[in-house]
Amino acid sequence: MAATAAGVGLRGIGHTFGNGHTVLRDIELDILPGELVAILGPSGCGKSTLLKLVAGLETPTAGEVLVDGRAVRGIDDRCAVVFQEPRLLPWRDLAGNVALGLPKGVGRGSGRQIVGHWLDVVGLEGFHRHRPRQVSGGMAQRAALARALVREPGVLLLDEPFAALDALTRLRMQDLLAEVQRGAGTTVLLVTHDVDEALHLADRVVLLDTQPPVAGATVATVLDVPWLRPRDRAYPELAVLRADLLERLGVPRPTPAEETTP
Amino acid sequence: MTGRAALGASGASRSGGRRSARLGRLAAGLVVPLIALAAWQAAAGAGVFTPSQLPAPSAVLAAVAELVRRGELWQHVAISGQRVLLGFAAGASVGLVSGAAVGLYAPVRALLAPSIAALRAVPSLAWVPLLVLWLGIAEGPKIVLVAIGAFFPVYTTVSAALAHVDPHLVEAGRAYGLRGLGLLTRIQLPYAAPAVFAGLRLGLAQGWLFLVAAELIASSMGLGFLLIDSQNTGRTDILLLSILLLALLGKTADALLGLLSRFLAGAT
Ligand SMILES: Nc1ncnc2c1ncn2[C@@H]1O[C@H](COP(=O)(O)OP(=O)(O)OP(=O)(O)O)[C@@H](O)[C@H]1O
Ligand SMILES: [Mg+2]
Repeated sequence: MAATAAGVGLRGIGHTFGNGHTVLRDIELDILPGELVAILGPSGCGKSTLLKLVAGLETPTAGEVLVDGRAVRGIDDRCAVVFQEPRLLPWRDLAGNVALGLPKGVGRGSGRQIVGHWLDVVGLEGFHRHRPRQVSGGMAQRAALARALVREPGVLLLDEPFAALDALTRLRMQDLLAEVQRGAGTTVLLVTHDVDEALHLADRVVLLDTQPPVAGATVATVLDVPWLRPRDRAYPELAVLRADLLERLGVPRPTPAEETTP
Repeated sequence: MTGRAALGASGASRSGGRRSARLGRLAAGLVVPLIALAAWQAAAGAGVFTPSQLPAPSAVLAAVAELVRRGELWQHVAISGQRVLLGFAAGASVGLVSGAAVGLYAPVRALLAPSIAALRAVPSLAWVPLLVLWLGIAEGPKIVLVAIGAFFPVYTTVSAALAHVDPHLVEAGRAYGLRGLGLLTRIQLPYAAPAVFAGLRLGLAQGWLFLVAAELIASSMGLGFLLIDSQNTGRTDILLLSILLLALLGKTADALLGLLSRFLAGAT
């Protein structure tokens, strides 16, 4: 891996869209190089928007994003994004699509080799020459992940990358991500709806939420997940954190049966 | 390995199937012209029309031979072809560039789109007197008229197609470092390519339409001239021949453009 992990600093980030809709406000967060941070929050609270701000696809209306200590201005080539949808070019095969992610200045031959390597890593060996519409949605999303990985990014931005996968493939891809992250040491921002996914993968879980009279979501809770990866999914301590997170997300603990019986 | 081999074999048979399907489509396309030819022959033979109203196919063949002998056939075809080619090249180029500018840049759209729409509303033949006044009666006005005809369909389809490129794909392209020309050639143009080629084919067809209009009005050569001249001299055989030639040349040009689009689609 050529690129070294970069830290991310969010300094008082706020974002209001052109139509006057305030989505994010006062976000303060420091993400260490090599850290894997999961971002949880209700639908529509601005998680995708936050990733776009870090990637430089949008400019925050307040505050500043720092990558590796330097402010993000415009598209930042230290970051690579996997969007909520695969967003593959239908006229290129999977290899051609993944090649789009190659950093500038990689030769044709070595580029092809890198592309082939990462396609195999995400489990798409034998599908390099397939067009996006010839593969399943889950396979397309894995190709999108490979497109980001060939960039060897300092910061990997993942927007619910596994939401469209079937349950088993999702578990496999989570383990793959953990492995890639361990191997490359890349900083990862992972937006997810899946509390278990967050707890399985993240060093810290950040909860975004709104406090109703004030418009815009902000950091409501930051939770440390202090166990080393790879983690056992059946780890009992995780269950406690899980119940806590779910409660904060508005899913209350089931009341024990003894209490309801008179 | 066996799986890969089986895949290759099925691929080969599929391309064989595709070829025979294409031949079948070609044959199906010839059915109606052959029926029309038979009906024409029958009508001419039965004496429904006088020979000066409807000459037999053989008479038209004889007219071909006559024009070839006089060395005129090639001349008419060549000059018409040249006018369409030059006019189409000019009109389509301007249409592509202005369509791209209007489709991609909102300020250019605000500036140019209404005026071009107003110009398009002018019936094409209304330009003829002005063109003759400014450019005389040589090649200039004919080529310009063909260019006008080719411009509008190309401009309209290209601007619409480029304005409606999937914003998700454009954003993905930007996220992976594409800007300006790179974004245009890697994302926007390939996305819009089918519509762009449909526009080019429409423009070419309209180019032929305007060619005949131009040659009918003021010319001493070309297929449009042949049409009006044969009408004046009562040579219905040559008149029919001109119509057949226009159909044949128009279809050939369209097929060549279709081949080019398929070649380019394979290249991306
Ligand atoms: N370009 C835009 N212009 C105006 N509003 C926008 C724009 N993009 C997003 N929004 C609004 O911003 C809010 C947050 O959107 P965002 O996609 O960031 O939410 P999210 O947390 O990712 O939601 P989900 O979990 O459903 O993916 C939404 O209310 C959305 O309607
Ligand atoms: Mg989202």
